[in-house]
Amino acid sequence: MNETIRELLARVGGLPVAVTELEDAADLYAAGLSSFASVQLMLAIEEAFDIEFPDSLLNRKSFASISAIEQTVAQILKAREAA
Amino acid sequence: MSLPAFATDMTLGARARRVAEVAAENADRVDQEARFPAEAVDAMKAERLLGIQVPVSFGGEGASIPEIAEVCTILGQACAASAMVFAMHQIKVSSLVEHGGDSEWHRDFMRELCARQLLVASATTEGGIGGNLRNSICAIEIDGNICRLTKDATVISYGAHADVIMVTSRAHADATPGDQVMTVFKKNQYTLEKTVDWDTLGMRGTCSDGFIFKGEAPAAQIFPKPFAEIAAQSMLASSHLLWSAVWYGIAADAVLRAQAFVRAAARKANGAQPPGVVRLAEASNLLQLLKANILSGLKVYADAKADLDQLSSMAFSIAMNNVKLASSETILVIINQAMIICGIMGYKNGTPYSLGRHLRDAHSAQLMISNDRILGNTSTMLLVQKPDTSLLG
Repeated sequence: MNETIRELLARVGGLPVAVTELEDAADLYAAGLSSFASVQLMLAIEEAFDIEFPDSLLNRKSFASISAIEQTVAQILKAREAA
Repeated sequence: MSLPAFATDMTLGARARRVAEVAAENADRVDQEARFPAEAVDAMKAERLLGIQVPVSFGGEGASIPEIAEVCTILGQACAASAMVFAMHQIKVSSLVEHGGDSEWHRDFMRELCARQLLVASATTEGGIGGNLRNSICAIEIDGNICRLTKDATVISYGAHADVIMVTSRAHADATPGDQVMTVFKKNQYTLEKTVDWDTLGMRGTCSDGFIFKGEAPAAQIFPKPFAEIAAQSMLASSHLLWSAVWYGIAADAVLRAQAFVRAAARKANGAQPPGVVRLAEASNLLQLLKANILSGLKVYADAKADLDQLSSMAFSIAMNNVKLASSETILVIINQAMIICGIMGYKNGTPYSLGRHLRDAHSAQLMISNDRILGNTSTMLLVQKPDTSLLG
């Protein structure tokens, strides 16, 4: 999952730094992720993992770092399994 | 010694109305001369309105955003420029109240602001950023305990008249444009060199000149939270809500003038109704819609304040954007209706029904943060956000 997220971030994130140089916990907004790019990233992740982000998770915190995105996606996948 | 016959009414509403009286007396001159509404701001200080939002524990009165919005509306009916100065000051204070409580310097500063009734201005706009306050070019330089900042601030509303300016910048020399902080600078800690004159269609008294800002202050005066959080969690909502409250005040006064015109005409014509009377009903309908829009926005903000995740959610941003879009567009329709009702008496300056200043001031609403930019942001969010379609939710 980490690899897929990194690939998508590299493709749509428009960051001024190479994604390979970012730590999992690095603040993506400080790294230059714009709000427009963050929406593009959400759409790409929804498509790649065949999920939909519920409104409660559409906030700054859920997309603040690569590990935060991983946790957000894992939470949705887990909820789907449980359903 | 005799006791006064009656005590002065010290409720917030009464204090605001006394300031509004002063503001109304000077409104036309402030507008004509494009000068700072010094009398109204002095009255705000005398009524101690500048610190009302600060919590009681830091020397203020702990006034809520709805209460402050009401003051904005009362002032907006008298002089839009004075009301906007008050609103912009309170937007800066909301950042202090919401994000400064963890820092000793900012807590002390809140006490000083209340005690000395300091007027706070904002320098977020910068030459070259294209109007997007979430980007900065200038960077703050931290040198031991001292920070230094130079900013080409193309707009600082009432900058020359403020006691304090809060300035945004990149967090350090290597930070990306969106990695910003905000710093509080007191008057003796900065210089302003005027670069751009504020000679505008309306809101002339806000004196939103451009300056080269140069400041040096203890680094403790930098807000401890990233500006991104401040912008999303307190500035977005307080700006859109308090601006809207000012605009509602302008529109409400226009409707009052139109109603007075219709009434006077009906009396003279022995009860025959002037042609504009139907438009008065339409204007009243729109004014109620505008009021409902702002009230619902105030409730959304009050509910979201209890939950940080909700405050930074897309649903919340969209709701606040929608309040701003609707109020800034609706006031123009309302004031235009009032103008048609009053006819030439509304078009002329210096009559009891004059609406030129109202209309000119109101035109600023769709430009202060361009509605097109806001529409663009909202439509981006709507690519992923799922709206709550319930009535009460």
